[in-house]
Amino acid sequence: MTCAIEFRDVSRVYGEVRAVDRVSLTVEPGEFFAMLGPSGSGKTTCLRLVAGFETPDSGSVLLNGRDVTDDPPYARDVNTVFQDYALFPHMSVLENVAYGPRVRGQRKQDWQRRAQEMLELVQLGHFGERRPSQLSGGQRQRVSLARALINQPQVLLLDEPLGALDLKLREEMQLELKNLQRRLGITFVFVTHDQGEALSMADRVAVFNRGRIEQLDTPRTLYTRPATAFVASFVGSANVVTGELAQRLSGRSDPFAVRAENIRLRTLTATADAGSMSCIGDVADVQYHGAMSRWQVRLDSGEVFAAALADAHANGDFKVGARVRLEWSRADAVPLAATERP
Amino acid sequence: MRELSTFLYRRPTMYLLLLLVPPLLWFGTVYLGSLFTLLAQSIYAIDEFTAKVVYSPTLATYKQVVTQPANIDIILRTLSMSVAVTIACGLIALPIANYMVRYASPRARALFYVGVMLPMWMSYLVKVYAWRLILAKQGILSWLLDTMGLGAALEAVLRIPAIGGPSLSASYIGMFIVFVYMWLPFMILPLAAALEKVPESLLQASADLGARPVQTFRRVTLPLALPGLAAGSVFTFSLTLGDYIIPSVVGAPGYFIGMMVYQQQGTAGNIPLAAAFSVVPIVLIMIYLAIARRAGAFDAL
Repeated sequence: MTCAIEFRDVSRVYGEVRAVDRVSLTVEPGEFFAMLGPSGSGKTTCLRLVAGFETPDSGSVLLNGRDVTDDPPYARDVNTVFQDYALFPHMSVLENVAYGPRVRGQRKQDWQRRAQEMLELVQLGHFGERRPSQLSGGQRQRVSLARALINQPQVLLLDEPLGALDLKLREEMQLELKNLQRRLGITFVFVTHDQGEALSMADRVAVFNRGRIEQLDTPRTLYTRPATAFVASFVGSANVVTGELAQRLSGRSDPFAVRAENIRLRTLTATADAGSMSCIGDVADVQYHGAMSRWQVRLDSGEVFAAALADAHANGDFKVGARVRLEWSRADAVPLAATERP
Repeated sequence: MRELSTFLYRRPTMYLLLLLVPPLLWFGTVYLGSLFTLLAQSIYAIDEFTAKVVYSPTLATYKQVVTQPANIDIILRTLSMSVAVTIACGLIALPIANYMVRYASPRARALFYVGVMLPMWMSYLVKVYAWRLILAKQGILSWLLDTMGLGAALEAVLRIPAIGGPSLSASYIGMFIVFVYMWLPFMILPLAAALEKVPESLLQASADLGARPVQTFRRVTLPLALPGLAAGSVFTFSLTLGDYIIPSVVGAPGYFIGMMVYQQQGTAGNIPLAAAFSVVPIVLIMIYLAIARRAGAFDAL
């Protein structure tokens, strides 16, 4: 089976900056694929390379097995939902959605009907006559989605599409996007800097850092088995233990990561469980988050550990400034790649 | 001093009034006042025998402007020139402005802006007289065309009836060239301003949805540039309608509205006729704006 998208050793350089640095990846047909990373990590450039707004300085981009490296955007069977929605202000909502069929020379009655169908798909059937400026952010988002989907592309690219929406709307749209993708069976490639969004929506996630992919895995593997210190701290902010402390705790100097929710707080007198690692520090801060609470514990050597405890009341004895013992089982210490590349 | 500040801060209307009254007074009396005083003259007429203005309201002067064949000629001549100059400026300015905004590097863009505005900082008269020399029969342009072996082509162009003439500097073609040169910056700058407001992502969205560059230009760039085009064309159109120096220095001997106003209020001393002629460009521009509005030029504003 041919891949929906394939990158072969793709690089894109701006002056001194290697925005995308020898990236190779494949996206399967019908997959919900997320590109996750901080700003400037190269994820958006990768998306633009797929759309055709950028051409690689080296390497090649394949869509459905066909080399499209030098094809302009209008010759590629992909469509994009832009971060700022990029709706045409001088057209009505219906005309915006109908733009694709119109430039491809469809007859008026056909594009009108198709555009109306698409608007109904995103629950904006009655908004066709309005101008984009008369819509709310969430509605514009839907119009932009309908406009991109009307061409029935093989791949839909979404560039931080939920970034401008408020939290509640964002959660609704996450569900809706996921449902839409299941229903249509189109490959979705989703760029985001929000790790929660990537984990909850995607089938597979590529974590970008400084122009390269640090790890490409399913959300569960990414979370439970991060490969590098960057992934461990960027995805779900794990405690990364390195150097001397790692040596002291595990007996080896290789770095490892521990998730905050795998750490238990104990009194100094309690006996350690067999097969666990432990260290002692002072409670520096406690944040209550409802379902759980987050504890910051400062070790005597200066490192700060985060521990997330489900039941805040059971640990009522521990106050800020209290001396506690942190403990986690050896199985929860995830070894990381030994050295970070320069 | 402090009490005064507090007083004005608490009474924003007073503060606004204090700031606005002097400039408004200036604008009202010097600009609008003098304009309307002049225009008011147009409802009087001159006595043919005594050459004195008769101060009783009449439409006779207007009738004279719109019925005498010589005057109609002047209006049509000026109008045709204005339309031609406006269209030419639009056609030349659009690619230049688009290039400046969309493709030029920041450095090149700055150079373009300076290049566009530099001629505006030079004396108007110097430029007009320079063009007269450039376009003259023995001028640099005909010399250049001769050396390129295009002398015959120039001859052929100058043989075109009505717009041709003995030389470029004595033909309407020459006048047209000078007008276009003079007013081009007034078209480029508003167009560039309008194009700069079009986000790059709109053009990318268009290409992304399958539009070839020509389609993107026609369906996205052009409609969004229309307000700039409209603003620029109001400049080029009205500047050509009112100008009297270029037609009197370059081109064929036919009169233009501006020359007529100048001559009637100066040499001929027929203030009412000059005033009535001044109303013509105002009316033409109003008609032009109405047409532009109906065509949707201001919809995207």
